[in-house]
Amino acid sequence: MTMSETGKTLIRGAKVLGGEVRDVLIDGETVVEVGTGIEAGGATVVEAAGRILLPGLVDLHTHLREPGREDSETVLTGTRAAASGGYTAVFAMANTFPVADTAGVVEQVWRLGREHGYCDVRPIGAVTVGLEGRKLAELGAMHDSAAAVTVFSDDGKCVDDAVIMRRALEYVKAFGGVVAQHAQEPRLTEGAQMNEGVVSAELGLGGWPAVAEESIIARDVLLAEHVGSRVHICHLSTAGSVEIVRWAKSRGIDVTAEVTPHHLLLTDELVRTYDPVYKVNPPLRTERDVTALREALADGTIDIVATDHAPHPHEDKDCEWAAAAMGMVGLETALSVVQHTMVDTGLLTWEGVADRMSFAPARIGRAEGHGRPVSSGEPANLTLLDPAYRGTVDPAGFASRSRNTPYGGRELPGRVTHTFLRGRATLMDGKLA
Amino acid sequence: MKRHLISAADLTRDDAVLILDTAEEMARVADRPIKKLPALRGRTVVNLFFEDSTRTRISFEAAEKRLSADVINFAAKGSSVSKGESLKDTAQTLEAMGVDAVVIRHGASGAPYRLATSGWIDAAVVNAGDGTHQHPTQSLLDAFTLRRRLVGRDAGLGRDLAGRRVTIVGDILHSRVARSNVDLLHTLGAEVTLVAPPTLLPVGVGNWPCEVSYDLDAALPKSDAVMMLRVQRERMNAAFFPTEREYARRYGLDGDRMAKMPEHAIVMHPGPMVRGMEITAEVADSARCTAVEQVAGGVHTRMAVLYLLLGGNEPAVSHARTEETK
Repeated sequence: MTMSETGKTLIRGAKVLGGEVRDVLIDGETVVEVGTGIEAGGATVVEAAGRILLPGLVDLHTHLREPGREDSETVLTGTRAAASGGYTAVFAMANTFPVADTAGVVEQVWRLGREHGYCDVRPIGAVTVGLEGRKLAELGAMHDSAAAVTVFSDDGKCVDDAVIMRRALEYVKAFGGVVAQHAQEPRLTEGAQMNEGVVSAELGLGGWPAVAEESIIARDVLLAEHVGSRVHICHLSTAGSVEIVRWAKSRGIDVTAEVTPHHLLLTDELVRTYDPVYKVNPPLRTERDVTALREALADGTIDIVATDHAPHPHEDKDCEWAAAAMGMVGLETALSVVQHTMVDTGLLTWEGVADRMSFAPARIGRAEGHGRPVSSGEPANLTLLDPAYRGTVDPAGFASRSRNTPYGGRELPGRVTHTFLRGRATLMDGKLA
Repeated sequence: MKRHLISAADLTRDDAVLILDTAEEMARVADRPIKKLPALRGRTVVNLFFEDSTRTRISFEAAEKRLSADVINFAAKGSSVSKGESLKDTAQTLEAMGVDAVVIRHGASGAPYRLATSGWIDAAVVNAGDGTHQHPTQSLLDAFTLRRRLVGRDAGLGRDLAGRRVTIVGDILHSRVARSNVDLLHTLGAEVTLVAPPTLLPVGVGNWPCEVSYDLDAALPKSDAVMMLRVQRERMNAAFFPTEREYARRYGLDGDRMAKMPEHAIVMHPGPMVRGMEITAEVADSARCTAVEQVAGGVHTRMAVLYLLLGGNEPAVSHARTEETK
């Protein structure tokens, strides 16, 4: 990357949060001026006419796979993918090998993120030892570590024991933590391969019923209310879940929820191809669910978009459906999918996108320095995108080590051109720095 | 005809009638002293069975041998994953040996579809049963038996099953036979009714082209054929029904129930039968039960499928891979 002599960068003529056209001057790690007609001086100039400037995106749900599955992703390749997608902070899920259930593991992941410098890595700690759902992990120790963990999740598995869930919700209040629940009733989803409904009946694939998600969410919002804790629901996927969260919020329960880009776009009809690239957990649902999720994201019932970026090596997808791994990569296509499903449809403004993909996730995860307004004196964590761009997704061009995207060959709008992490360009003209 | 036979839903009415008519021709060959045709001489067919199924494998093998094909049996115990080798590698290994068709039985729904569409191999793929998805040759042999019995061996030629009422009873949820039969019998114009306890019907069955009932006694007088499906005893451990006896009482076919069927109506079973569970010995051994006939029809039908898919009346074409290297 080319740095100016002065260490300054001037982003000229971008629409800030999709609104007013402004020049934004970065000096060192900070935004020092937002205005019009700012003199470049010795600054590196980024001509941004027609582009949208957003606060750096924050992903509350990323699988970086390191330690343990470096064949699918590492902290380095995952954070490079994040920078490519416009992210300046990612929360790394705990289901690694070993599981991130001790201060040692979370510190290792946090440190790797710092060393590589593409994006801040905020490790998520496991709720229970080994994700086994029996015994609380040392949540306090993880919070007190250098990684300063605030989000705890057994994601990939549900904390299905009601008592363990209750205790976890209570315990993390002592340090402002939040439990992020992967809502999946295990008995109702034994052998589950796809959404249970019309398509699973025809294809003869084991059903993953909506009620398995909804019953856990209903229980957990009531538990959160009872003990006065906040709870976060991972990857909400059904219309019924939306109704429960809407009800809980109307009751004043401190619940937040996320939706993935793929659940905003894809349906279980795609499973008819038996191509495991569409195999994901929770599974792709129906058109009716997609519509409900979009509306809920628009009206704020669902607080954020989170990628659930889940890299898998090719051999784990190049097989029969039942043998395939669940999950999709998402960091490098998330913003395009959100533009396609929410902005281009008129459901959400760019200001709304900034909220759902930066302000709100940073707030839920307590990611300091992220999700801040684009104004003078704020940390220069910024994302610049060209919304007019139209292109076909080419998995071969991904920075991620894995290629398991459901969008290969699909035309999606928008392209992130620049990402700035504390004033330093991690992505410059679409190229990683 | 398409290149592959993956699902009964892929067959048009004319495809299906052509297969049934061809199967009748094959049946005439079976009546001759020498039961063999030279149609697939020089062609190699592999029976790739990832699940144990001696009955189906032997039926395909008999069909292939009567058409003079070279037959390779490949029994891959367990899943491709537990075995260590992927389905892709297994299939490519076999194709490298010069296989023209792969008859595949697999525990995973969709495995034959993947094999046919993923670009892994060029050979024709015949689905011999995949998971709880499809078993298209079973539905064809059932339709063959139905047409013979309800329309007539010679009178049936060129005709479908328009207006015939077929009731399928048992574990619909886990049955690839039921799915294939609903698709094919509907295509052939028959009226299908599924009867099962609600626990053994899939969510989404309402979209299938058939009627659904929980009441076997009500369905019997309105049936030209009743197809009993095997019900595995282990299902009661997962609370699909309380006990074997209760299942037999409510959904089993015994002599008294059989008497409620119209006189011309037949009892079918894809086998293996669990006597005392879904069917009593009295019914299984009665003249109205076509289980053994279905087995014979299976060989004729599978001969017809292989003959039509592999273009048995044309000279053997060279393998696609070989052509590329020319």
